[in-house]
Amino acid sequence: MADSFLRHSPLAHLGLAGRAGAFEAGTAIEAGVTMGERPYRGLVNLRGPAGDKAFADAVQKALGAALPVEPNTTTGKGDVAVFWLGPDEWWVVTPSDGPATADKLRAALAGQKAAVTDVSESRTCIHIRGAQARDLLAKGCPLDLHPRVFAAGQCAQSLCAKAMITLHQVANDDAEDGKDGGPAYDVYVLNSFAEYLWLWLEDAAREYGLRITSQ
Amino acid sequence: MAQTFRLPEGGQIDRAQSLGFSFDGGRYRGYGGDSLASALLANGIHFVGRSFKYHRPRGIFAAGFEEPNALVQLGEDPRTDPNQLATLVELVEGLAARSQNRWPSLDYDIGALNNLASRAFPSGFYYKTFMWPATMWMKYEHFIRHAAGMGQSPRERDPDRYDKTQAHCDVLVVGAGPAGLAAALAAARSGARVVLAEQDHLLGGALLGEAEATIGGAPALDWARAAEAELRSLPEVRVLGRTTVYGYFDHNFLTLIEKVTDHLNRKPEHLPRHRLWKLRAKQVVLATGSIERPLVFRDNDRPGIMLAGACRTYVNRYAVKPGTTAVVFTNNDSAYGAALDMQAAGIEIAAIVDLRREVIGPMSEAAEAAGLPILADHAIVATEGGRRIKRVRAAPMDPSGGQVYVSGEPIDCDLLAVSGGWSPTLHLHSQAKGEIAWNEELGCFVPGEARQAAHSAGACNAAFGLASCLAEGATAGQKAAAAAGFKAKGRKKAAPKAADHGFLPARWLWLVPSDTPLGHGGKHFHELQNDVTAADLQLALREGYRSIEHVKRYTTTGMGTDQGKTSNVNAIGIVAEATGRAVPEVGVTTFRPPFTPVTFGVFAGRDVDELLDPVRRTPMHGWHQQAGALFEDVGQWRRAWYYPRAGEDMHAAVTREVREVRRSLGIMDASTLGKIDIQGSDASELLNRIYTNAWKKLEVGRCRYGLMLGEDGMVMDDGVTARLGENHYLMTTTTGNAAPVLAHLEEYIQTEWPEFDVYCTSVTEQFATISIAGPNARRLLAELTSDIELSPNDFPHMAVRDGTVAGVPARVFRVSFTGEAAYEINVPSSFGLAVWQATMTAGEKYGITPYGTEAMHVLRAEKGFIIVGQETDGSINPIDLGMDWIVSKKKDFVGKRSLTRSDMAKPDRKQLVGILTDDPAVVLPEGAHLVERVEPQPPMAMLGHVSSSYYSPNVGRSIALALVKGGLAKKGQKLTAPLLDGRKIGCTVVDPVFFDPEGDRLRG
Repeated sequence: MADSFLRHSPLAHLGLAGRAGAFEAGTAIEAGVTMGERPYRGLVNLRGPAGDKAFADAVQKALGAALPVEPNTTTGKGDVAVFWLGPDEWWVVTPSDGPATADKLRAALAGQKAAVTDVSESRTCIHIRGAQARDLLAKGCPLDLHPRVFAAGQCAQSLCAKAMITLHQVANDDAEDGKDGGPAYDVYVLNSFAEYLWLWLEDAAREYGLRITSQ
Repeated sequence: MAQTFRLPEGGQIDRAQSLGFSFDGGRYRGYGGDSLASALLANGIHFVGRSFKYHRPRGIFAAGFEEPNALVQLGEDPRTDPNQLATLVELVEGLAARSQNRWPSLDYDIGALNNLASRAFPSGFYYKTFMWPATMWMKYEHFIRHAAGMGQSPRERDPDRYDKTQAHCDVLVVGAGPAGLAAALAAARSGARVVLAEQDHLLGGALLGEAEATIGGAPALDWARAAEAELRSLPEVRVLGRTTVYGYFDHNFLTLIEKVTDHLNRKPEHLPRHRLWKLRAKQVVLATGSIERPLVFRDNDRPGIMLAGACRTYVNRYAVKPGTTAVVFTNNDSAYGAALDMQAAGIEIAAIVDLRREVIGPMSEAAEAAGLPILADHAIVATEGGRRIKRVRAAPMDPSGGQVYVSGEPIDCDLLAVSGGWSPTLHLHSQAKGEIAWNEELGCFVPGEARQAAHSAGACNAAFGLASCLAEGATAGQKAAAAAGFKAKGRKKAAPKAADHGFLPARWLWLVPSDTPLGHGGKHFHELQNDVTAADLQLALREGYRSIEHVKRYTTTGMGTDQGKTSNVNAIGIVAEATGRAVPEVGVTTFRPPFTPVTFGVFAGRDVDELLDPVRRTPMHGWHQQAGALFEDVGQWRRAWYYPRAGEDMHAAVTREVREVRRSLGIMDASTLGKIDIQGSDASELLNRIYTNAWKKLEVGRCRYGLMLGEDGMVMDDGVTARLGENHYLMTTTTGNAAPVLAHLEEYIQTEWPEFDVYCTSVTEQFATISIAGPNARRLLAELTSDIELSPNDFPHMAVRDGTVAGVPARVFRVSFTGEAAYEINVPSSFGLAVWQATMTAGEKYGITPYGTEAMHVLRAEKGFIIVGQETDGSINPIDLGMDWIVSKKKDFVGKRSLTRSDMAKPDRKQLVGILTDDPAVVLPEGAHLVERVEPQPPMAMLGHVSSSYYSPNVGRSIALALVKGGLAKKGQKLTAPLLDGRKIGCTVVDPVFFDPEGDRLRG
C-alpha cells in the first residue's frame, strides 16, 4: 500500500496523547481504566457455509486456525484471530495486513460458495483495560460481561451507548495482558462512530480515573 | 439552637458530627446520621407544610418512604429539588430546606381559606367546576397549579451529572431488613452473584428502629452488622446502599436509582449525582417490609399526630423525643411496643386508647404490667390544636362497635401516636403482575402467586415476627439461588433464635366513629397528601362510582407523590364497608412504577450535549471545518452544506459553487453514500429481482442506475451499481438508506431466496469517496493517475476502473449526479484526507471549488434528477416520477405486483413536474401548495406541492420540482402558489429537466 505517513486514523484528530492530562490532573484516584486507539488492524469479513467441510478446511489451511463454530467464540494462530459473528459470518483479524489476508482467503476459496471482503478500513479499535474496564463497558453495553459468562477469547456484536460495536475480550483479569489488574478488551467500531464512542467512554470513565495510552 | 428534644444518648447517629442546616430560613443543628425529619423533630419542629387542597397545617407523620406530609423543597436554583421527603433526606452540613404549599409563608397562608370554605370543595370539585367553557381550561389550570403548588422545578439547566449503567445478577434482594439480610446471606453463601439493594444508607431495616430486639441472644443490630460485614467480604456480592428499586418490569428486568453524592457535603467532581441501574436478575427476593396504616378518625391530620412505629423509630434510631406527653391510639398490639419505648425515653404516656375490647397480646400485656394507663374499647372522637396537637377526647365505644354516644374525656398531649395495623409493601410484587390476596385476620393484602421469578419474604409476605422474617428470608435466598443454579454448600445453618410476635390481635374498624355525624364538625382524613376524607369517598359512591379505580380518580385518593402508601388500604376498607361488599370484592388499585419519585436527570444520564446522539463524520471532516464549511445533518451524518467565503451569505456561496462546477471544476465529499459489496453466483439474479430494471446483461466494468421498490410498489431507494466481476457487484444507496437497504436485501435473501449463493457486506466506511465534477474533471484526474485510461472510449460514462490515484489504490466510478462529466474516486478511508488534499492541490489551476450538499441539490435539480425522500415520500411510484422507462415489462421484481394495479397508473395521481414562476426572481418555498383556482381564503382545492426549489445561476432563474395531481398532462398550464404571507405566486407547469436536456456535457 501507499506510504503510511499519508494515513489518518479515525481518532487521530482528537490528539489522544494530549487529552490524557485532563483526566489525570486533579484527581486523587488511581486510574481504574486505561484506553487507547489500536488503528489500522486487518479485518476481513468472511462469509460461507459453516457446515461445508471443503469451506472449513480451505479456511483452516489458509489461516492455520480452525473456523470457530460456537457462537461468540474466537480461534487463533499466531497473529491471526478468527471471530464468530454469525452462523455464516466471521472476521479474520490481524495486526495490520487486511488486504493480504483477503487475497490469501480469496485464493484459497476460489470456486467455492463464499465471500471475502476486506473491511479493515471501515473500523478502528479502542483498547480498554483495567480494574474497572468491565464496569465502564457495563454503562454502555447491555451484555453480561461477568467472567462466568464472558471471558478472554470471546467476542460479540453489540451496542455501546448508541454505537454498534464488535467486542473482543483479549485477556482475563488474572492474565498478563490485563496489566492493571482487570480484564482487557478490544472494541471495534465504525470510523464514523469512533469519535462519539471515544468521547462517551472518556466521560463514562471519569469516575474511575482514566489513563490514555498511545496503544 | 439547642436540640431540646434530643435524648442524651443512644441512636444510630454520630454526635461528634454536628451539622448546621436551615428550614424556612431558621437555622438549626443536627447530627450525622439524622434525616431532615429527625433533625427537625430534635429541634421541636413538627409543623412543616400545608396540605394540598385545604392548606391545613401538617406535620411529620412517618419516618420513611411512606411519608405523606413532610414534602420539602431543597436547595436553590439551579440545584433545587421539589417534593423531597424530609424523612428520607440525609442531613448534610448547610442543607437548606423550605416548606411547600404555602403562600406567602407557612404561618400565614392565604390558601388556608380553602379550609374555611371546604364545603365548596367536595370530591370531583375540579371536574364539576372547571368543565365549561372548555376554552377557559388554560386559565383554570394556571390557577389550580398555582394554588396546588407542588414545589418548584429548577428554572436553570441542571448542573449535575447523572449516570446510567446495566447490571446482571443471579439473585437480587430488595431490602436489607432482617428478611433481606438473611436472604442475601443464604444466596451469597451458595456462590451466586447477589445484588442487595437498600434504599436507606444503613442496613437493618425495621431493626434500626427497635430497642429490645435480639437475634441469637445478642442485640439484633449486632447480627445485622455481622451480616453486612460478611456480605461485603464476598466477591460476588454487590451491596447498593441509598438505592431504591423503583420499577419491576417483564423478564425480571428491574430499575434502581442510586443516590451517589446527595449525602456528601463536598461532592467529588468525578462522581455522578444519581445513577440509574438497569438490572437483569435471574431471581428476585422481595424483602420490602411493611407500612403502618393510620386510623381514620375525626381531625386526624394535625401536626404532632404520627404513626406509632415512626415515633418508635425516632426514639430508638435517632434518639429524638417526638413529644413530651403522648397519647397512643391503636387497634392492635404493636403500638404498645412504641408506647413502652417512648416511656423508656422519658415521654409521658398520658393514655393508650385502644379500639379493641380487651387488652391482649404480648406488648399490650407488658405495657399493662408496666402500669401504662389504658382505655380499652375506646375511640378518639376529636382532636384540638392548630399548629400542633394539644388535646384529644377519648370516648367509650357503643357495644355495637359502630357508634359513640358521648363526647368523652379530654386528655392533654403534644403527641398522638397512631397505629391502624400493617400493610405488606406489595408494590414491586404487584408491578411484576403478581397476584394479591386479602387476609381477613391480618386485615391486609398479602402477595399471592408471583408471575415472575420472584420470592416474597418477611413482612412484605405477611410474616410479621422477627424469627419468621429470618427464616423466610433464608429460605427465599436459598430457593432463589438454587433456581439460578447454585446449591447451598455444606450443612444448612439453623436460623438464629429470635422472638416471633406480630401485631395481632387487632380489631378492624375502617372508619372510627365520632360523636358527630361524618363530615360534620371535623374531617376524617384517610389520605393526607391529597386531602381526601372518608366523606369524599362516600360522596363518590353516592354519585354512582363503584369501581375502586374510578373512586380513586374521582376523589384523587392515592394519586399524590406518595401514591397512597399509607392510605390505599383504608380507602378500600371504607369503600367496602359503605357498599356492603367484602374487601376482596372491591379489589386494589394498580401499583405502578416508580415506587418513589425518581429524578428526571437519570433518564437522560450522560446522553446530553455532544453525547446526545452520535455525530458521524467522514475522513475529510476536519478539512471541511478548516475550509469554513457549514454542515447539515443527514441522518446521523454531518455533511458539508456549503463553504461560504468572507462576506458571502448562503445564497451567494451556493450560487458561486453551482456556477463553478459547470464552468470548470468542483469537488465534493460523497463518502456518506451507502456501499454494499455483493458477491456470489446469484448476485446478478438478486439485483434483477430487487431493482425494477434488468441487470443480467450488464458488462463487467460498467455501472447502471437502479430504482428499488417496496412491496407496495412505491420507490424505496435509488442508486448506481457497478459490476466489478462476473459474480461481484458494488451497490450504492442514498446516504440515509444505507442500513435499511442492506436489511431489505438480507430479509429477501434469508426469508424468500435462501437457496441463493450470494452474500452482502456493508463497505460504506471502507472507502472515502471524492467526487470531482465539471468540464475539467477529466483533465484533473489525468494528472492524478497514470494507470487508468481516461479517454471517453476507454472510460465512458457509467463505467468503473481500478487503479491508483495520487499514489493510493483507488476504484473510480464515472457517474454523474450533476449532469457534468464526473468521477467518484474511492480510496481506503485512512487515505481519504491525503487524496482529497492532493486533489485540491492539483486542481488549483482549474480553480477547483469544494461544493456542499446544497449546491449538489441545485445541480441535480437543474437536471431534474430526483432525491429519494425529497421527491418521494413512500407514496410515489416510478410512473408518478415519469420513470417508467426504467421499469422492465419482462421480468419480475419486488413491488411489481403492486405496481401493475390499475390504480398505480391512474392519470390523476401526483406526478413529478417542473415549475417555473412567472417572475424568474421569485424562489418558491419548498412545501408550497399549488392550486388551480385561488379562493379568498382556505380551504381551496390543492393539486400538489413543491418538493424542491432553488435559484439556478446556470439557468439564470428560479426552478422548482413539484408533485402535482395529473401533472404530466398539465404541462404548459398556469397554476398558483398561495403562500402563508398572503402572496399569490403565478407559475407554469413544465418538463422537470431545466439544463442540458440532451446530456452532452456528462458524456464529454
